[in-house]
Amino acid sequence: MKIDHSLPLEYSTEENRLKVLGFWIFLGAEIMLFATLFASYFTLVDRTGNGPSGAEIFEITPVLIETVVLLTSSFTIGLAVHAMRLGNKKAMLSFFAVTLLLGAGFLAVEISEFVHYVHIGAGIQTSAFTSILLTTLGTHGAHVTLGFFWGLSIMLQVAKRGLTPETANKSFIFSLYWHFLDVVWIFIFSFIYLKGMM
Amino acid sequence: MDFFHRFAVPHPNPAIYASMVAIGLTVIAIVAGLTYFKKWGYLWREWLTTVDHKRIGIMYLISALLMLFRGGADALMMRAQLAVPENTLLDAQHYNEIFTTHGVVMILFMAMPFIMALMNFVVPLQIGARDVAFPRLNALSFWLFFMGAMLFNISFVVGGSPDAGWTSYFPLAGNEFSQSVGTNYYMISIQIAGIGTLMTGINFMTTILKMRAPGMTLMKMPMFTWSALIANVIIVFAFPVLTVALAMGTMDRLFGTHFFTTNNGGMDMLWANLFWVWGHPEVYILILPAFGIYSEVISTFARRNLYGYKSMVASMVIISLLSFLVWAHHFFTMGQGAVANSIFSITTMAIAVPTGVKIFNWLFTLWKGKIEITTPMLYALLFIPLFTIGGVTGVMLGMSAADYQYHNTMFLVAHFHMVIIPGVVFAMLAGLTYYWPKMFGFMLNEKIGKLAAWIIAVSTLLAFMPMFFSGLDGQARRMYTYSEATGFGPWNMVALVGALGLAAGFVLIVYNIYYSTRYASRDISSDPWDARTLEWATHTPVPAYNFAVVPQVNSIEALWDAKKKGHVLFKGKYEKIHMPNSSGVPFIMGVIFFIWGFAFVFAIWPLVILSTIGIFACMAHRSFEKDHGHYISVEQIEEIEGTETKLRGAN
Ligand code: HEM
Ligand SMILES: [Cu+2]
Repeated sequence: MKIDHSLPLEYSTEENRLKVLGFWIFLGAEIMLFATLFASYFTLVDRTGNGPSGAEIFEITPVLIETVVLLTSSFTIGLAVHAMRLGNKKAMLSFFAVTLLLGAGFLAVEISEFVHYVHIGAGIQTSAFTSILLTTLGTHGAHVTLGFFWGLSIMLQVAKRGLTPETANKSFIFSLYWHFLDVVWIFIFSFIYLKGMM
Repeated sequence: MDFFHRFAVPHPNPAIYASMVAIGLTVIAIVAGLTYFKKWGYLWREWLTTVDHKRIGIMYLISALLMLFRGGADALMMRAQLAVPENTLLDAQHYNEIFTTHGVVMILFMAMPFIMALMNFVVPLQIGARDVAFPRLNALSFWLFFMGAMLFNISFVVGGSPDAGWTSYFPLAGNEFSQSVGTNYYMISIQIAGIGTLMTGINFMTTILKMRAPGMTLMKMPMFTWSALIANVIIVFAFPVLTVALAMGTMDRLFGTHFFTTNNGGMDMLWANLFWVWGHPEVYILILPAFGIYSEVISTFARRNLYGYKSMVASMVIISLLSFLVWAHHFFTMGQGAVANSIFSITTMAIAVPTGVKIFNWLFTLWKGKIEITTPMLYALLFIPLFTIGGVTGVMLGMSAADYQYHNTMFLVAHFHMVIIPGVVFAMLAGLTYYWPKMFGFMLNEKIGKLAAWIIAVSTLLAFMPMFFSGLDGQARRMYTYSEATGFGPWNMVALVGALGLAAGFVLIVYNIYYSTRYASRDISSDPWDARTLEWATHTPVPAYNFAVVPQVNSIEALWDAKKKGHVLFKGKYEKIHMPNSSGVPFIMGVIFFIWGFAFVFAIWPLVILSTIGIFACMAHRSFEKDHGHYISVEQIEEIEGTETKLRGAN
């Protein structure tokens, strides 16, 4: 394995560069996935059948908490990558841990929000609107959940093996994923919640 | 009893029981054969765990050929049923299942893997790479495709086949009208195979963008590689749409959501839109690599470089963009209004322009060429006129006002078969014959090959031209029978003859494979066609590492210019080569996905949870695993290169 020391660790081998590009292309596919969900959401948003509309069920407080928590976590994963570039493993792992904790916090709020929706009669089977709403939110939430476990396994590897081209590459790719989830959330926040509450 | 009842076929008939027995016997024969010849270890080490793009390509090829016969059997049954009026060979339900599985199998499990086969085998060789960017992922892609295909195929004997057409329109495909598990199979098996395809798209985009030999700029890439690149870009943008649509369809059927239902706000047209936003680009995912093959074949056997290289590339880029803007031509008559119809009509017809550019480029290449008619070239030459018939009738269908006449008639069926058979199937057969010596080290017999090509071409005309006329007369598609008074009888009889001819042609190709395997000379050079691109610059059979020394490229037709202008392709000494290790994980993950899919189809939730955990366990295993591959030493390279040369005689 040839290592190019003039580049940051995550780009330092041929294989690593391939992986980063491959992941960007994967994110392109993810954009299409969420774009399709959004397009379907806009198509179905007013088709509430006998169920409630968005304005009737959305609540601003949990959504604001989710937003703040997730935005902060995107910031802390950035700090983790920064610490990684400086070669500070301890700081990196700490920021990584904070990121995952915030992610878990986000999930906790989101789950309680879902329970609440089901409770007030806006379950996934209620109408086309609730079906697409919960599917779109759920897809994002599932991504965060997956990210949580993925991040955890990367943390373990960094802790055990240190900062190698391999672990650095994984951490960096994870940070791309996490930022991406944040961007998707901003769309969800603006076009589903804010627009729905207006 | 209830347990068995769930897995029983809802509309059994003797043909289904016969296939059950046949499947059982085949499985027993394979298992017994492998055990008797002690081939389990070989199978596992050399094939099931391989990450070599060439072997993966060959596995795709075998699967595609098998599926061609499955889909072909369906086609023959349909044609036999329709051959005479008021026929009772099949009942309506059975006919529904057959046209559904025929369409799905042909498009997704025959044409797609055929493309993937050639792409996998050829692209890394053509760009002078050692493998694809992510060899393991490539193996996983194959196994996901394969398990998806197998899951779809067992629907026939376990639980019942889908019967709502390959487009699976809702509400027909919803629980109310499709009560058997057939449509669950459709949704889930295509989902599994589709995920594999998406990963192939990412893998090959990365490979082509990053792993080209030094000197091969984008505008020096061979045409097949260009077509593969563009097809993969389309895959990355189109397949996620299908993923979402299939997930929604699955949820409607299994979890009672209301995406496509007719009550509680559901919208069946949303399915039609999502399906075709994927479905139309899918057509170009198939046809562009086929065009790539024709470009290689035509320039090789016209002994001339391709006319209008740049316009070939530009036309493919334009086609890929337009392909996303025409989807609604599939439902002109479903009430979307005149403005929408006009817009989609115009974008549809616009695609004819870049396609025409390509046809003229091929004609100009032929014009001044020294044409040598080999089997691949024969397919290419037959393709041009036949495909033009399909293309012109496509423009007719693209006129939305006129489509009210043709819609859902046999005219449409004739059109897309005249596009897809000369376009895709001929190209794949041409590619198969062309690359056969590189894959297996001997040529297919030219005499038998040409005879098969002629039979297939004539039979295509016989099978599908009559449908244009009966379609214009009003014969609807997907109708299992018609009355004597309609006068469709004779047309359909001719079509049956054509279909039998096609079957004969395909059987002849299989015979050719058998015949050539036995009798063809093994003493062929590594470049038997006197070709022009890099894949012919390495040994036959190709060593695991493809090229002992990475080639240096100075022109579009690297090998040709090395032969004629004395460009030096291989400079420098041997160095040790890094190669990935084989791995059983992709195969095991594929098997778990199969179980997952099966459990989903029958809503066996504990098993779904268990296999989901299994899938994630495989991913975690991969994440923690330390596998840095292995090196092939200089001595080993020298040995391999030495024996290869000896094996092939002086060359
Ligand atoms: C080998 C010769 C073939 C014959 C004789 C044949 C025959 C037929 C017939 C009769 C139908 C109409 C069913 C109906 O609407 O009632 C049909 C539909 C179809 N065929 Fe083929 N076919 C052949 C090859 C292919 C190939 C190679 C492909 C694709 C690569 C293909 C793709 C389809 C599709 C997508 C449909 C539409 C199914 C539907 O209506 O839902 N066929 N074929
Ligand atoms: Cu189309």
